[in-house]
Amino acid sequence: MSNFSRSLAVLALAFQLVAQTRLTGAGATFPAPIYQKWFAAYQSAGNVQINYQPIGSGGGIKSVTEGTVDFGASDAPLTDAQLATYKAKNKYDVLLFPTVLGAAVPSYNLPGVTGELNFTPQVLAGIYLGEITKWNDPKIASANPKLKLPDMDILVIHRSDGSGTTYCWTDYLSKVSSAWKSKVGVANTSIEWPTGVGGKGNDGVAGLLKQQEGAIGYVELIYAVKNKLPFGRVKNKSGEFVKASLMSVTAAAAVMKEMPADFRVSITDGAGAGVYPISTFTWLLVPAHYADSGKAQAVKGFLHWAITKGQEQVESLEYAKLPKTVVAQEEKQIAQIR
Amino acid sequence: MASSSIAGSLRHRANRGVLARLRGGDEISYLVTLACAVLVFVVVVLIVAKLWGNSQPAIRAFGWDFLRTSRWNPNSGNFGALPFLYGTCVTSAIALLIAVPTGVASAIFLAEMAPPKLSNLLTFLIELLAAVPSVIYGLLGIFMLLPLIRSYLVPALKGTFGFLPLFQGSFYGVSLLSAGLVLAVMVVPFIVSVSREVLLAVPTEQREAALAVGATKWETTWDIVLPYARSGIFGSIFLALARALGETMAVTMVIGNTPKITASLLSPGYSIAAVIANEFAEASGDLYVSSLIFAGLVLFGLTIVINALARILILATSQKAAAA
Repeated sequence: MSNFSRSLAVLALAFQLVAQTRLTGAGATFPAPIYQKWFAAYQSAGNVQINYQPIGSGGGIKSVTEGTVDFGASDAPLTDAQLATYKAKNKYDVLLFPTVLGAAVPSYNLPGVTGELNFTPQVLAGIYLGEITKWNDPKIASANPKLKLPDMDILVIHRSDGSGTTYCWTDYLSKVSSAWKSKVGVANTSIEWPTGVGGKGNDGVAGLLKQQEGAIGYVELIYAVKNKLPFGRVKNKSGEFVKASLMSVTAAAAVMKEMPADFRVSITDGAGAGVYPISTFTWLLVPAHYADSGKAQAVKGFLHWAITKGQEQVESLEYAKLPKTVVAQEEKQIAQIR
Repeated sequence: MASSSIAGSLRHRANRGVLARLRGGDEISYLVTLACAVLVFVVVVLIVAKLWGNSQPAIRAFGWDFLRTSRWNPNSGNFGALPFLYGTCVTSAIALLIAVPTGVASAIFLAEMAPPKLSNLLTFLIELLAAVPSVIYGLLGIFMLLPLIRSYLVPALKGTFGFLPLFQGSFYGVSLLSAGLVLAVMVVPFIVSVSREVLLAVPTEQREAALAVGATKWETTWDIVLPYARSGIFGSIFLALARALGETMAVTMVIGNTPKITASLLSPGYSIAAVIANEFAEASGDLYVSSLIFAGLVLFGLTIVINALARILILATSQKAAAA
């Protein structure tokens, strides 16, 4: 064996070793910052290297179903049809693991109004259906008795790109308004909007909000906090006006009485003290079986770390933590991965 | 003809040494350039084939209705691309309406009238505009152009042409008009820089001859130089049009992303490229994804149709010119 071919063999072996301890994932953009932080921290603690591509939830579901990545990520729970497609293609199930929580908040540009607006579910649905068109509408005024609201047209802004934030927002509207459900339909990452204009991304919505007086738009809680956008309180099912915060979002998950075994659950429109009603989980999509047992072990190790130690890091990036009950239930599901 | 040349070159090869052939270079350059040209053709064919194949579910489900209906509802699975087609055409038309006269006029100034130093400096600056990333144009559009349009242009338009349905209704900043204006700024550099080169390439003898028979400077430019350069100028306009039709990022930031067809240019709209960019990443379900790909195929088709029409236009005008 020549020196050259020997070094080639060593090189090939080295690549193989690296390949064994590397995972790739793709999907949702909303949790991407915390995922990137987790993967970096996990690797520097001497564990596997994980590459994550934030290509969007739809892309994450597609990639994991086609087996081009080791795990996916989605801001919307998989539908029955998507689960069935996965099983038909791969012969085993895909498991959903909630990782962190997020929320959508109503932000607005109302000159001369100081103080936070209160929104009832009926007001939000009415505005987004195009039925409430003025800021001094009696329905808005009665929820905000202390504020002097201007006689100004409302411009509705929504996301134009498919997004988990839109999923959460429309999930909420379809729960609180039967008119919304019959006219527009159930939650989705993109829908046919009855009114308003679309902005691309959180920054697109925020840009339009800044530009147009009288505008209302929904943005991700993290984005609103980081960019100091004003946003209003929303009335929850118990009749309390709650402002979105890390605590009130975690509370929305904690009050869940029965968490389904597969974690496919919507926590919007929750009841209970201090519950912010437009909150949502975001999920990792993990195959129940890996042909490579090394990968299975690596994934299990990471999931365990993410829902325990990893949770200590999430609040620094303004994500809400998982409630303890959910963590305990997820540990059981981790054991199912083979 | 091509095959006989190849056969000829092969016959030559037998008689000549390798080095001699490399030095001569005829056959090699022929084959290399042929391969490049074929490659371009193959890429286009592959794109069309892939688009066609992946849009089959949508083609089967909607057929021509895809181009005639204006509902776009991912929840119910109804997809019609008419509003996007409309938005793409309207914004590109606005862009050309503004960019063509401005661009050609500046090219005339730079090529025919400006002192060479000034001409080179201005051309450099204009070509710089073409290199600005489109997301920057989008941001400038939102934060600089929209307030100007709202405070000055829209009141002026409403005041003078308010009776036209084109300029009625409320204005929210994002609109077909704003998208058209941003596109106009983006495509002007293409028209100016290509047209200027074309005008400079017109032989000096043409100008001298016209001046010699007593034409003024402007008459020379208008009657002699411009007709001579016509097909090149048209070429620059098509380049600009292609850019306008396909522009994605800047348009989606200022068009309002609302799939509705309204007569008013002040209301928000949507374009084909924008809807694909917005929804493709998160689209789930075969029909939804294939509808977006079908929309891409439609944009491709639209570009071909417009290009063909433009070529017919050139042909018709040049025949008329020849007859006159």
